[in-house]
Amino acid sequence: MNLAYRDVRHNLFRFVLTCLGLSLLMAVVLAMIGIYNGLVSDALNIVNAPRVDLWVVESGTQGPFAEASKIPGGTRDAVARLHGVSDAGSITYQTVEASHAGATLRLYVIGFEPGHPGGPQTIAEGRGITQSHFELVADRKTGLVVGDRLGLGRDSFAVVGLVEDVTNSGGDPAAFVTLADAQTLQSQLAPPAQRVQAARGAGLLESADTVAAVIARLEPTADPQDVAQTVRQWKHLGALTQAEQEAILIGSVVDRAKRQIGLFLGILLSVSAVVIALIIYTMTMEKLKQIATLKLIGAPDRTIVALIVQQSLALGGVGWSFGLILILLIKDYFPRRVVLEPVNAAALAGIILVVCIVASGLGVRAALKVDPATAIGG
Amino acid sequence: MESARQALVEIAGISKQYGEGDARVDALRDVDLTVHRGGVVALLGPSGSGKTTLLNIIGCIIDPTEGRVRLDGELVYENRWLRRDLRKLRLDKIGFIFQFHNLLPFLNARDNVALVLTLAGRPPAEAQARAVELLDYLEVGHRKDAMPALLSGGEAQRVAIARALANSPRIILADEPTAALDSKRAGIVMDLMRKLAAEQDACIIAVTHDEKIYDRFDRLFHLRDGVLENENGEKP
Repeated sequence: MNLAYRDVRHNLFRFVLTCLGLSLLMAVVLAMIGIYNGLVSDALNIVNAPRVDLWVVESGTQGPFAEASKIPGGTRDAVARLHGVSDAGSITYQTVEASHAGATLRLYVIGFEPGHPGGPQTIAEGRGITQSHFELVADRKTGLVVGDRLGLGRDSFAVVGLVEDVTNSGGDPAAFVTLADAQTLQSQLAPPAQRVQAARGAGLLESADTVAAVIARLEPTADPQDVAQTVRQWKHLGALTQAEQEAILIGSVVDRAKRQIGLFLGILLSVSAVVIALIIYTMTMEKLKQIATLKLIGAPDRTIVALIVQQSLALGGVGWSFGLILILLIKDYFPRRVVLEPVNAAALAGIILVVCIVASGLGVRAALKVDPATAIGG
Repeated sequence: MESARQALVEIAGISKQYGEGDARVDALRDVDLTVHRGGVVALLGPSGSGKTTLLNIIGCIIDPTEGRVRLDGELVYENRWLRRDLRKLRLDKIGFIFQFHNLLPFLNARDNVALVLTLAGRPPAEAQARAVELLDYLEVGHRKDAMPALLSGGEAQRVAIARALANSPRIILADEPTAALDSKRAGIVMDLMRKLAAEQDACIIAVTHDEKIYDRFDRLFHLRDGVLENENGEKP
């Protein structure tokens, strides 16, 4: 005869309400884990998207994500000729705000050389860029559809293809354009500013052939560290392997956000532990007379401990399950990507298990201290 | 005549003191009491006279300050408890009946009775069958699936009696067993307790204020300021 189950069944409405409250708390915990994962995933998405082995950047910088990096456009040819490099491409990154359908659209514009590394790997809908100018491949999160036209700078771009889940660490969706278009966009001034510059005799500023980085794919036999060392011999260039670039992103770009979310997660878990402990303690205190009766009629301590611990675990288990279902149902409505892996849910289940056992300790202590004489009174 | 039968409860020289110094209260003073198999005795006395304290000591719930307790022939207390597992002792030898039945509210009538049987190690099916048998015997079998909150006072007390007697204890301790019942039901409940105790060769010690049921007891003991006296005002 399982007393915990019988007690829960007897007070089912209250138990379900309590579980519901706890599940909302669990959903928030899972959401925080998912947001953290999404942050890391988004950050790595951009750096992983070109599928390269080496990042050639401005010397002394950790560009192009953690710091600004600007190197001559001709660097690509020099890198491509290095021993061990199979292909190289120039790339630029910039965040722009465009206007679309009456709303402001924040885009992470990636300029790449078609036919070289840096472009979209998989086109989810439409096609890749085939023209030299004014074509754009956008992430679905932009809300753009194939055939739309979007004004960037002084030019109008045709949306020819869509990709999925390519965003920067800030969550801004990516838009791929040709390197030439991206360089124009970077250097182009608004017409009034252009006129002021011309009047001052300063000339146009759109001729600068610079890129943020050159990315390179290596031969399977080449050692990235060796090639990076070779690049560093050019004093104006720095080189980072793919692994180093990922480490910089995680350790530097998203580090503060990661720690912030981690701290918040810790607070949430502490609050959950306190809430579970209070619920279990209150549930136990309400049953003190019944526990005294159980002791009086001869129930061993293990029966009483099982009653409390099993209810605590049931509370945690149901709260966790409802919370997981809830977050899986609503995660796509979050403004930022929420990425939940099975291991995250399993880890939280483990934490909740420990929290429930520890939290029930307070109730167990109170129960074991109950004097059986309380059942008789007097 | 009673002394010729086996003594189930023998307490000798029992004292119980609470507090120390000026705050010391003598709840029981040198109490002797022997109850034999089949004996049905009442402990009477005003509130605070020590009745419940005495019942708790016999039930191995609280420690006496001094004295000796022998239950069903086994010496269980002499300056200290001689049995380590007092809960097991209670489960095996003692049945409790409370003033307000104290049924577990989350178990139905049958499971309240079956619980003590399963705690004693009886298989669940056997425990359930024995519980139904007892409830039928106490004429409350038709309410076996009802939760305690839905039972009348009389029905609930019968279920409580069934629970107290389920393990066939040798000693039944009752604290105001009829206080929540009208006189007719009180008489019925007492008669049932007597009948079942006789069948199980048990004795009953009940604390009561209910004059209507005094005639259902073999002997009446009075506690006055912690001193136990028989009907004649003598130490038993």
